[in-house]
Amino acid sequence: MSAPANDVQDYVGFDTITQQMERKFLKRGFNLNVILVGESGMGKSTLVNSIFASHLIDTQGRRAAQEVIRKTTEIAPVTQMLEENGVRVKLTIVDTPGFGDQCNNEGCWVPVIKYIKDQHAAYLERELKPNRERIIVDTRVHACLYFLNPGSRGLRPLDVEVLKRLTEVTNVIPVIAKSDSMTIEERTAFKRHIKEELAFHRIMLFPYASDDDADDDRVLNASIRELIPFAVVGSEEVIEVEGKLIRGRRHGWGVINIFDETHSDFVHLRNFMLRTHLSDLIEVTSQRHYEQFRTSQLRQIKELRAQQAAAAASGGAPPVPTQAQPQVPISVMQHQPMAQV
Amino acid sequence: MKEGSGEDQNVAPSMYSHVSRPSSHRNKNARKGLPFNVMLVGESGLGRKTFLNTLCESTVITGSEVTNAEQAHIAEPMQFKNYTVEMDEDGMKIILNIIDTPGFGDGIDNEQCFMQIQEYLELQFDNVLAEENRIKRNTKFNDSRIHALLYFISPTGHSLREIDIELMKRLGSRANIIPVIGRSDSLTPRELVLFKQRVMSDIVTHSISVFNFPDLDDEDEDAVEENSELRAMLPFAVVGCEEVINEDGRPVRVRNYPWGVVQVDNDEHSDFDRLRYVLLNSHISDLRDRTQNELYEMYRTEKLSGNTSVLANNTSQAVISAIGA
Repeated sequence: MSAPANDVQDYVGFDTITQQMERKFLKRGFNLNVILVGESGMGKSTLVNSIFASHLIDTQGRRAAQEVIRKTTEIAPVTQMLEENGVRVKLTIVDTPGFGDQCNNEGCWVPVIKYIKDQHAAYLERELKPNRERIIVDTRVHACLYFLNPGSRGLRPLDVEVLKRLTEVTNVIPVIAKSDSMTIEERTAFKRHIKEELAFHRIMLFPYASDDDADDDRVLNASIRELIPFAVVGSEEVIEVEGKLIRGRRHGWGVINIFDETHSDFVHLRNFMLRTHLSDLIEVTSQRHYEQFRTSQLRQIKELRAQQAAAAASGGAPPVPTQAQPQVPISVMQHQPMAQV
Repeated sequence: MKEGSGEDQNVAPSMYSHVSRPSSHRNKNARKGLPFNVMLVGESGLGRKTFLNTLCESTVITGSEVTNAEQAHIAEPMQFKNYTVEMDEDGMKIILNIIDTPGFGDGIDNEQCFMQIQEYLELQFDNVLAEENRIKRNTKFNDSRIHALLYFISPTGHSLREIDIELMKRLGSRANIIPVIGRSDSLTPRELVLFKQRVMSDIVTHSISVFNFPDLDDEDEDAVEENSELRAMLPFAVVGCEEVINEDGRPVRVRNYPWGVVQVDNDEHSDFDRLRYVLLNSHISDLRDRTQNELYEMYRTEKLSGNTSVLANNTSQAVISAIGA
């Protein structure tokens, strides 16, 4: 007589959801939107092209004497589809030529903040439509690379003004892109000053302390915070060093390999942005910055409606009816400050 | 240019004699020392202080006084800071007066900076003008006109920025501007060549007047060739540093990077040595002379011919009474 076969079926199989999600994700692809903020000549386009290992954008800097000097900050988004191992990303890089380039830079940040808020507004509009799309197109800015000037002692007055405003609407990652003119000691001193000044002005950077859910998150995030601002060197050029091909810069006194961790934080920045915190960048944009925007917008609509109702009830002439969904009030001054977490 | 009305129209001879070769200076000023006034202009972080300290081989300007985080957002107004160093260059004694301009271009709105520097330069001219016209002149008069203005350009690799163009345009007629690329070790050799070309192209396009090593004596072939070489080097690429190491018993100024060592005195690494030689040796008299014979004279003519736009700004009482305007 044979033993009875087991058919209890304890294994349910819901753990395959990760593969199911992956399959869906692979089919759908995702959007990644990154904005670059910094004076011209700080190495913005080279860095971004290095991070994504392809020539995504051209420099918008003045090259020829005949080129006119920009009088304001322009917003120049460039979108491309990239694919890696079947995963497709619709990558939008937003350059900001003209930022910080004039003698008088008062207000040069306004077009940048406006662009970021406009993307939140556009998303909100689509979300509030009665017949909204199944998957709402996401043009919200997921990360802002803010380029610091090497050689300054720390934050400059312009940096403080802009960072305060940027960190309230998007995830900001400060970088020194042309750090090959700073010795290691200078970099260390610079990073220390920057951290002190950021703390003094209560400027909050990604990753946020509130997102340290698990222990390993905390450790990783702490090590990221140590490195900030990332002192990197970018390069699109491939050069040969002792028979090997590397991506780097050839100076008269030595060759910089951008992937060499003793030369720069490039590898750490790339891994941080793309290999460990990519999904966080997208999620946090939605859960923190967008939510905050949405809350303040809806509150404003509610107040507006309450005012209209009060005016109508008191028998006065009804105020000029505004749209049900007001345009985003772009005034930089009026947004709600971030609730302390 | 003068109507030949005699001694009174001439400037006191001792400090302003027209001489064109350093050797004559050596004789006249061996004991007193030749005064040479240099202004350094550029945003912070481009290496002005380090340049000066390297030039003088001593810590003339110490580190920044701002040490706390609360100061970061405060844009310090531009200041004029004076330093005097006695230098011995090839047996020639030079009283080097440096005027540094910390705060230039560091604020959010920098438009006032140009006017301030222009006023400073013109004030020094005004002082000389007043002195010239005194009945009893002061033989110990201190000439504080700027003989060379070193303007530090950021090594962007692109072209000139608005602040660079504006500054050089406005001040080119008041001082010998020598454009300098600060922190030039940020550029590879190829990038540096291209950047220099772009900068000079910008300078030409915008009709900016810089000191372009004019040939004062066409017969002197060596000098002509030297000037042509120097012209081709503009703007000078400098790397400054304060760390000195001992290499084979020689003190060498270096910057230590993980990928290599930059030697400040090495002509292949930077134009620092050449610039130093130009300033303190080969062209010190050309710079002084041009200041006196061209820039000052031009200003004097503008002022005395009643050009109201010049008269309107900061005309000292001494000048007004002296010229009987």
